[in-house]
Amino acid sequence: MDSPVTLITGTRKGVGKYLAERYVRLGHRVIGCSRNPADWNLDGYCHHTADIADEDAAKTIFATIRKQHGRLDHLINNAGIAAMNHSLLTPLSTVHKVLDTNVVGTFLFSREAAKLMKANSYGRIVNLTTIAVPLKLEGEAIYVASKAAVLSLTQVLARELAEFGITVNAVGPVPIDTDLIRGVPKEKIDRLLARQAIPRLGTFEDVANIIDFYLKRESDFVTGQNLYLGGV
Amino acid sequence: MENRPSEVILMNNNLTPLIAEILRELETEKGIQLPPDITNDTPLFGYQGILDSLALVSLVVALEQAIEDKFGISVGLADEKALSQKNSPYQTVGSLAHYASSLIGQASVHG
Repeated sequence: MDSPVTLITGTRKGVGKYLAERYVRLGHRVIGCSRNPADWNLDGYCHHTADIADEDAAKTIFATIRKQHGRLDHLINNAGIAAMNHSLLTPLSTVHKVLDTNVVGTFLFSREAAKLMKANSYGRIVNLTTIAVPLKLEGEAIYVASKAAVLSLTQVLARELAEFGITVNAVGPVPIDTDLIRGVPKEKIDRLLARQAIPRLGTFEDVANIIDFYLKRESDFVTGQNLYLGGV
Repeated sequence: MENRPSEVILMNNNLTPLIAEILRELETEKGIQLPPDITNDTPLFGYQGILDSLALVSLVVALEQAIEDKFGISVGLADEKALSQKNSPYQTVGSLAHYASSLIGQASVHG
């Protein structure tokens, strides 16, 4: 079989960059994107600079994938932003930004990906949720609400896209040492870890392990699922 | 720019055979019943429509991709009026051709 074509959003740094490097290493043709240009490159990897909530930019990325590869096998909706702030101190512009990236971006990329995947009656879409949803984490109202929406999208899209041989699943990481949590005080992170069955920070490998499972051909009977790490 | 209306009409005429071609492919794939002749008046979706909602999704996606291949333009044919009996662009082959060609026209102007 040809090497799989894998699109990952938010690949400039953090989990996204790790996943891009990993799937290139595993022989995938990887396409990535981020709002700002990436300062790294790899053979077998193609980067687009785009805001994932921008419909025209998204359409350009998918048109390019269609032209260059003729198909898409995997989409990992990794791009996400957080706003860690008391709701009374959260400006509306932040609310829109978080919803645009986390919800609108995930929806838009899933919609366009499904159109491409449908042609082969095969596809895997993986979304990123967070343990902050079941933990109802205070101080992150809009981030948690946006990821709860991603969870609902995962479940409904799984049903809508099953007909086309496309599965849609999600993984919900615990805090990982990335820019996303860099601004959060240590005691708050410690309190959060204490609520996990296994009280440690997550790693990129923990997330990749679950995504590997969802991407497997044999996982074609697994859809609409969300797996929380750390025993939450 | 002055030639826009006639250009749109020309494109509209070109899109009907394209839609018919896609419908013939769907006929085999999805087992839908098509009349022997596909014209602008052939009902697609809604009253007396020949497509169910999944076949409509397949037609719309295939048409978007065909337009991309033919005209090099990415258009989104999704429309919130899709389920409205009165204004849906998906009512007939002709209404879909007209709707798609107007989007191609807009994309050419803005692009």
